[in-house]
Amino acid sequence: MQTFQQSFAHAWHLVVTGDATLLEIVLLSLRVSVTATLIACALGLPLGALLATQNFRGKWLVNLLVNTLMGMPPVVLGLIVYMMLSNAGPLGWLQWLYTPGAMILAQTVLIMPIVAALSRQVIDDRWSECREQFQSLCIPWHRCVFTLLRDCQTSLFTVGAAGFARAISEVGAVIVVGGNINHLTRVMTTAIALETSKGDLALALALGSILMTIALIVNAVVLGTRQRLQS
Amino acid sequence: MSRMQLSLLEAHRSEPQRSQEQRSEPQRRLLATISTTLALLFSAPGLAGESLLLQSTTSTANSGLYEFLLPQYKQHSGVQVNVVAVGTGQAIRNASNCDGDVLLVHATAAEEKFVAEGFGVERHDLMYNDFVVVGPQMDPAGLLAADNVTQALTRIAESKAIFASRGDNSGTHKKELQLWQAASVNTEVVSGSWYRETGAGMGATLNTAVGMGAYTLTDRATWLNFKNRQHHRIVFEGDQTLFNQYGVILVNPAKCPRVKSATGQAFIDWLTGTPGQQLIASYTLNGKQLFYPNAN
Repeated sequence: MQTFQQSFAHAWHLVVTGDATLLEIVLLSLRVSVTATLIACALGLPLGALLATQNFRGKWLVNLLVNTLMGMPPVVLGLIVYMMLSNAGPLGWLQWLYTPGAMILAQTVLIMPIVAALSRQVIDDRWSECREQFQSLCIPWHRCVFTLLRDCQTSLFTVGAAGFARAISEVGAVIVVGGNINHLTRVMTTAIALETSKGDLALALALGSILMTIALIVNAVVLGTRQRLQS
Repeated sequence: MSRMQLSLLEAHRSEPQRSQEQRSEPQRRLLATISTTLALLFSAPGLAGESLLLQSTTSTANSGLYEFLLPQYKQHSGVQVNVVAVGTGQAIRNASNCDGDVLLVHATAAEEKFVAEGFGVERHDLMYNDFVVVGPQMDPAGLLAADNVTQALTRIAESKAIFASRGDNSGTHKKELQLWQAASVNTEVVSGSWYRETGAGMGATLNTAVGMGAYTLTDRATWLNFKNRQHHRIVFEGDQTLFNQYGVILVNPAKCPRVKSATGQAFIDWLTGTPGQQLIASYTLNGKQLFYPNAN
């Protein structure tokens, strides 16, 4: 099809000419999604480890919530974050709406359940193998969580990569809370949505292929780090 | 013994020997690094000078008008105008939530209501263009031969040719509903048969219409700027009732204390004054003028 050829030619042209707007959009996408992934991991991994190793009242409910929130539609989350951060909302005083901070917040909330649920599974498998030793050594729970996280770190890299993939690919939340403002909150996915709405399918597809290439590079780095850690 | 068990034993053994300082120093440094990184990543990019938030309809943004106007305004005033381009309905709702300084949309009745409810200071006419009906090359309903828009829409309804409606409470959608009403067609009854509501923006609806071989109503600017036309073309235009008026309103600082009223008013004065109006008139796409200034 002509559009495909056109798109790849277009994408190639944008990349080799070092298009300044494209670079800006790519860097913001990475900044937002990498930050969201780091925060989501900092909160979600310990939560996953806690859920795997500890017993407390209402754990069943927390598990159910985390599993359900994995399926949260990004646009619904975007609306909730919008209503919180709006000047008419409870967090309006932060003045975060239509800034990268709002986008980071939305993506963090979006992917934290994924990170927590997947890491719970990874750690749960490990925990069942050596739970007795932990208990016989009377290790306090926070050391227990820390040790398990460190031991499972290679698998947890994949969990982080899954969270990142969800963050960088979503458009529903960031377009609502970021507003797709040129030079300020425009990221890859919102730029793709914009070009699609202008009917410029070739440019939209070109941006899409660049986004996938970036995801490929990030995953290659993650995989490489993982293998180095394993050996 | 697995690596896990080794590290576990090590953790257990070393526990009592570690002093408080040994543990807290790297932790403190780690915390400092994390907080600095977060502060850097969260902060908005350093924008030099003042900025203004414009809640706008999509057609003005998609037509490229802002990329032409706003750099000139920045040069003139030093103010960076940031545009959030959504449908008119959503733009008005966002502005009612105080999320914006200036509102630029095209649904006069809704704009007047916005001002009457106290959300806006005053409504100014800014510019106009017109709506057109686009459809497939073959024109199965025969709109090309229609005398007026009412007749054109009646022909679509009678031949049950597919019509794609925005269905999103936008300015274009509101206009379209008025036109159907004038043609005595109850869209609620036929919705889902030949009348199909996409519930999406103008661009998405045009993509759908092209895909379905449907007719649709669009503002001229979006159509001229739209690149995925394939075999669609304008099949009806030029009726007086297809007039499309754009208005600009300052969000009311009495309702929304954070509104940058002085900066916003200065921007509106510039748009509706001679320099802004002349620039709007001079903006063309492929040699065609897209908007006609008519501020009083």
